[in-house]
Amino acid sequence: MSEIISAADVVATIPDGAVLMIGGFMGAGTPPRLINELVRQEKKNLTIISNDTARPGVGIGKLVEARQVSKLITSHIGTNPMTQKQMIDGDIEVELVPQGTLAERVRAGGFGLGGVITPTGVGTIAAEGRQTIELQGKTYLIELPLKADFALVNAKVSDYQGNLMYALTARNFNPLMAMAADTVIAEAESIVPVGVIAPDMIVTPHVVVDYLVAKERNNG
Amino acid sequence: MDSKTLIASRVAQEMKSGDLVNLGIGLPTLVASYLPKGVEVSFQSENGIIGMSMLPHPGLLDDDLTDAGGNPIGSVPGACAFDSSFSFGLIRGGHLDVTVLGGLQVDERGLLANWMVPGKMVPGMGGAMDLVAGAKRVIVAMTHTAKGTPKIVKECNLPLTAVRRVDLIVTEMAVIEPTDDGLVLREVAPEVTVEQVLEATEAKLIVPDNVKQMPVEA
Repeated sequence: MSEIISAADVVATIPDGAVLMIGGFMGAGTPPRLINELVRQEKKNLTIISNDTARPGVGIGKLVEARQVSKLITSHIGTNPMTQKQMIDGDIEVELVPQGTLAERVRAGGFGLGGVITPTGVGTIAAEGRQTIELQGKTYLIELPLKADFALVNAKVSDYQGNLMYALTARNFNPLMAMAADTVIAEAESIVPVGVIAPDMIVTPHVVVDYLVAKERNNG
Repeated sequence: MDSKTLIASRVAQEMKSGDLVNLGIGLPTLVASYLPKGVEVSFQSENGIIGMSMLPHPGLLDDDLTDAGGNPIGSVPGACAFDSSFSFGLIRGGHLDVTVLGGLQVDERGLLANWMVPGKMVPGMGGAMDLVAGAKRVIVAMTHTAKGTPKIVKECNLPLTAVRRVDLIVTEMAVIEPTDDGLVLREVAPEVTVEQVLEATEAKLIVPDNVKQMPVEA
């Protein structure tokens, strides 16, 4: 069962320098209120594990714009010139990881695996610093799991307990990250009574969700 | 017909009904618009959907339904959505029939470099390394030169995307197939000569007797 908490209060528990996994793909499926709150509370020196940094002013791009990120583990920064500039200036350390490998490293972190053995990246820059292994005549890279202090995930619907359901391409890394952090904070577009989401439709079970961001009334 | 249209329409002719296809951002995306009549394929977007389609009207956009570039898309009946691990399981696991990608360079070995220009452009590889390593068929769709500088080179000096040989290169001048023996010139575009292709190509091209003219759908 997740604890219901305001966005401001839950973000206040995140210290400067924390390692955050943040769901989303070009902003789709990135928790908007949690991002805004991280900006408002001026959290600093964050390490962000995410697929991308979206665009300036969008999703994780807001954290980059506010210069709150010191390290990024990500697959793509090409859509955000600010991230590229801060990387070139030496303000953000960027570790680029092939997207499928990033997903599997997060999954490995959350599923208790010692690593990932993948053919992706063999013979490229992505293999630098990686061990290789020959199995059945093929070469693979050994990629280590990723874990975080906090995972910030975005769901389409949560029930009162924190069981989560996602929408379309806004699912992306969210269910993987919800397994891979010490503290998992979920923000849902809507929150419904228990039972409204059929058990088969639940992707992330409430047992891994520590906090569910409280809704704010916005219809008068 | 402009270069991009020519390339996209030629690549589209490589698609077969039933294929699961992933189109890269940019030029490759255009391929969807030129599928030959009667060819029905499924399009995957690596951010987690099979069955993406054009958005029928800008007013129907949904923030939760985008392509891998973050642009709003639609979906076809039977579309399905999944997480990033599953999406790349489809790609690496041999379930993706064709990927069409842009290119910065392809070399005589048929190796592709398409994700980085050191010191100038470091966007990151995104899904490209997984796509080239895992798709059953890799088609590179790109302009033949970068403002006159050959992109089909002896050996890539830009960082490689994978060490897997691509299956076909389609440019506005030619269709080239990487083989065990090297790069074979299969087709030249209308009003382009074999000599012009050789001149615009740094890599050695094998020129068979029967180089065809690129079929162009009007």
